[in-house]
Amino acid sequence: MLDAVGGTDVPPILLLIHHKDESHTTMFDLTIRKRPETLGWTAALIYCGAVVMSLVISAGMLLFQGNSPLEGLGLLLQGAFGSSYAIEDCLIKAIPIYLCSLGVAIAFRLQIWNIGAEGQFAFGAIGATWVAISFPGHSAWVMIPAMMAAAFLFGGLWGVIPAVLKLKAKANEIIVTLMLNYIAILFLDYLVYGPWKSPDSFGFPMTQEFSAGAIIGKIGETNLNWGLLICVLSGLVIYVFFRFTLMGFELKASGENVRAARYARLPYERLVIISMFLSGAFAGWAGFVEASATLNRLQPTIMVGYGYTAIVVAWLARLNPFYIGISSFLLAGLRVGVENLQLELQVPAAFGEIMEGLILLTILAGTFFVNYRFARRQRP
Amino acid sequence: MTPDILIPLLAATVQSGTPILFATLGAIFCEKSGVLNLGVEGIMAVGALAGFSISLATGSPWLGFLAGGLSGVLAGSIHGLVCLGFLGNQVVSGLALTILGVGMANYLGTPLIGVNAPGFGPVDLPVLSKLPIIGPVFFRHDPLVYVSYLIPAGMWYFFRYTRAGLRLRSAGENPDAAQAAGISSVNYRWMGVMAGGFFMGLGGAYLSLAYTHMWANHLTAGRGWIAVALVIFAFWNPLRAVAGAYLFGGVMAFQFRLQASGTHIPSSFLLMLPYALTLSVLVFSSWRGGSSATPQALGVNIEPAD
Repeated sequence: MLDAVGGTDVPPILLLIHHKDESHTTMFDLTIRKRPETLGWTAALIYCGAVVMSLVISAGMLLFQGNSPLEGLGLLLQGAFGSSYAIEDCLIKAIPIYLCSLGVAIAFRLQIWNIGAEGQFAFGAIGATWVAISFPGHSAWVMIPAMMAAAFLFGGLWGVIPAVLKLKAKANEIIVTLMLNYIAILFLDYLVYGPWKSPDSFGFPMTQEFSAGAIIGKIGETNLNWGLLICVLSGLVIYVFFRFTLMGFELKASGENVRAARYARLPYERLVIISMFLSGAFAGWAGFVEASATLNRLQPTIMVGYGYTAIVVAWLARLNPFYIGISSFLLAGLRVGVENLQLELQVPAAFGEIMEGLILLTILAGTFFVNYRFARRQRP
Repeated sequence: MTPDILIPLLAATVQSGTPILFATLGAIFCEKSGVLNLGVEGIMAVGALAGFSISLATGSPWLGFLAGGLSGVLAGSIHGLVCLGFLGNQVVSGLALTILGVGMANYLGTPLIGVNAPGFGPVDLPVLSKLPIIGPVFFRHDPLVYVSYLIPAGMWYFFRYTRAGLRLRSAGENPDAAQAAGISSVNYRWMGVMAGGFFMGLGGAYLSLAYTHMWANHLTAGRGWIAVALVIFAFWNPLRAVAGAYLFGGVMAFQFRLQASGTHIPSSFLLMLPYALTLSVLVFSSWRGGSSATPQALGVNIEPAD
């Protein structure tokens, strides 16, 4: 793209345009410069400011609905983190978000925009359910690994489709993964309204309840399930994978500069396929945990948008497995808090989506102040 | 198929293709200036709500339609502010805008569920509507459909023959070279984002004012994403966008009728049709080399010189 500037192949349309000196100006005769140094605490402060700004706008939305903004935000916080029961609920919701987000982050590392965690989650749940209802009555030692394997495979393969279409037909993965989300969710609907519908569900679209061996148990006396352990182990594996393995290094390198990676003869195509498989597979595990531990069956209400929240989480956490844990917990908290708002002030559930969108936008804008500074324009 | 089945089906095709056409044209306008806007779905949702509520408040569906467009400009400006002002990642900003826009529409629209607002009804055009076949298919619709007939050619002319259109394209092809030639690429990108948002908003307003005539959550149902895919199918050409939008309108109308006729095919599979078609159309046109028509600097922010 840059070669056109200096050479003769300036697009002909540009020759029609008269010259006028206008460069990247801002108000007050200031100009933007890239910061040479990286910011430490100031950056944290900027991001805090961004979050505060999104909170202020959200509070304005509450006011618009005739609610007291302070009371609303208070109820949100209290509902999310105000009791041990609430924190347990946050952790339970953070599990599927974490797994989806871990998956999404693998693809994002390679600059592949996998927006399809929602559909891969659905297929993971379908795979796990298929095992659970086809082979009931086995012990957990057989069932759980088999369900995990099926969810991993189903989710992973649903993730490989966009990778293949991207490599073979140059099809934009953002749109492909999105369309596959709609298709996967409708396919799940088909299964639970049709062939998998339980005969004793009184007509409700749901499968029969899983047998005891197909349900992930709870940890001790708490409401938390062993999915939490899957999260911790997966996070560690991904950390080690990117930090210490050759393929992890190749993935990171290709993500930073695709062209250079190709010159270095890195197997770019294989990396795309593998990263999309893993990406889908982790989302598939999230579907497995939800079906097995939370619902104990498959039903349409399993789709609550964890796959989309995961994208926000991965971006906010800068794709780091540890930070993904923190931001999964916080965004799960947002969901739990909004449930409380719904209950207490009849605020529509969409309030959570508004806050998610706002936080992402303000952080994105705030990143500008971390990377750039204003300088006085130099006069010649 | 007999004409008395086919002609209503084709007429329904035009009607359900129209909101997608508005949105696709908006996305083309935006992308031509080099800004990738994945917020189409959210902007449409906001436009649908603004159109509906203003029509309800003022009693004038035309004011509602205009409000839909203007709310699209506002929503598009959020994307402009983040990407053009603060040099944020265009993909992430667009996704965030979709989350925000759909959330806003569902949040603010909750009290409107089940309410009826004045909308648009069919107006037969004189002479033209009397033509055989063409008349009933194209000229017995609501006035907004006739508005949509005028825009593609106008946009095509704008890109090809006007100075502003050329400059806008140069901002999307090679903003550095345009800058060197004295054009403020950033300003033309703002123009793309705002005008694009206007058309996306109109597409949303069409849905609530002329298509469903009432408010429901998730009214847009993925049409914004279909529009994003159609831009590639159309090779960024406003005239080809017409064909794409009507192809989708056709599938939606067909699917709807098939469902009403009590077929044995499960409804989930019928509802899948538009999305499966989007997928295949996208793969086919990308494979055929649609990406060669991509504006060269699409999605790339204009970084300040060091």
